[in-house]
Amino acid sequence: MSVDINITVIDREGIAHELVAPTDMNMNLMEVCKSYELPVKGTCGGMAMCASCHCYIESDHVLKEASEEEEDMLDQAFFVEDNSRLGCQIFMQSELEGLKVTLAPESD
Amino acid sequence: MIETDLLIIGAGPTGLFTVFEAGLLKMKCHLIDSLPQPGGQLAEIYPKKPIYDIPGYPVVMAGELVDNLMAQIAPFNPGFTLGESAATIEKREDGKFIVTTDKGTKHLAPSVAIAGGLGVFTPRKPPIEGLVKFENKGVDYIIKDPEKFRDQRVVISGGGDSALDWTIYLADIAKEVALVHRRSSFRGHLDSVDKVQALAEEGKVKLITNAEVKGVSGEERLQGVEIKSKEHGDLQMDCDYWLPLFGLTPTLGPIADWGLEIEKNSIVVDNATDYRTNIEGIYAIGDVNTYPGKLKLILCGFHEATIMVQSAFKRAFPDKKLSFKYTTVMGGVGSLE
Repeated sequence: MSVDINITVIDREGIAHELVAPTDMNMNLMEVCKSYELPVKGTCGGMAMCASCHCYIESDHVLKEASEEEEDMLDQAFFVEDNSRLGCQIFMQSELEGLKVTLAPESD
Repeated sequence: MIETDLLIIGAGPTGLFTVFEAGLLKMKCHLIDSLPQPGGQLAEIYPKKPIYDIPGYPVVMAGELVDNLMAQIAPFNPGFTLGESAATIEKREDGKFIVTTDKGTKHLAPSVAIAGGLGVFTPRKPPIEGLVKFENKGVDYIIKDPEKFRDQRVVISGGGDSALDWTIYLADIAKEVALVHRRSSFRGHLDSVDKVQALAEEGKVKLITNAEVKGVSGEERLQGVEIKSKEHGDLQMDCDYWLPLFGLTPTLGPIADWGLEIEKNSIVVDNATDYRTNIEGIYAIGDVNTYPGKLKLILCGFHEATIMVQSAFKRAFPDKKLSFKYTTVMGGVGSLE
């Protein structure tokens, strides 16, 4: 049984990257992007405290609801849309096969 | 001019522990930090978060770790320049450095350890065209003197505590206060949220929710903001001040212009020796540095600090011999005070 899922990340230049992400390593989307050297800073290390991994969910996957902390951070971020999430709060699991996201513009 | 044996830029956990390790070698330390209190991110961003990877502590709250570090270094009596950020550095002919802060405080030391973490905490600025032009001419990110808003028309943006608190405070002072927030609900303390709602009902504050400020206008000074509202479309609102309050975010700041080798927003150091940078006498330790295999962990910062002070000692006291002693053998640090 494969423990990897396929996801698509569209970078800020509009280029789509097909990534293979493991589901058995407790990795989040920010970490997956960083491991593929995509331009995601992950400044706060995944504590939902900097919004440098802000992205838009393009596929119709139902994600776990955002925590208070994630909502707080999105309140302070810019370019926020209804489908905005923080990549560091999206953990790789089999339900997310085919997930498609776009990186939000950098703002700092 | 403040003189010291080792000048530390950044009073986060790595900077604080440096004082201890330097103290064991009888070096005096002075710390500069842009935040008003020591502790860096731990105190400013996540004091109530648990940390699990400090050796010997199965779990410790970030704020508690800072308190413990402060107690641990107290015997060495470090100096602090708080609420000021290191702005410029100058190397004198004798090899010593003069570091001047944004407020003009000067520090002199033979070695400088940059333990700046993620950098200087600065206000998050909305990505609006032409905004820079109105900074301090109607656009303020930090409120220093609330009196200047007396009888003025003020627009505040943001949904957190500082936006709510200033809305409440300025409602009594300003001529008009409008609070613009991207959502319909606020996430600050319940008490503040209730107060703002009450002020809105009394007509003392204009609440504009589900809306964002998208543009600024004016000649020399700010004269108005453009608001995009989900319900009402585009609105133009005349005002004297706009206060975008979206929290703080760290940036490397002026240190980036000190001639240090920088890679991906971090300072390149030699981890095979003593975490020296490309400038002799300047070291970088903790989250601010990078080298092959670097991990941004508090415990790695502690290690880097310990190695680094041995090298800084030789610069501070070139004629003295350095002998390494265990604290257990020394019977505590009391003898060094």
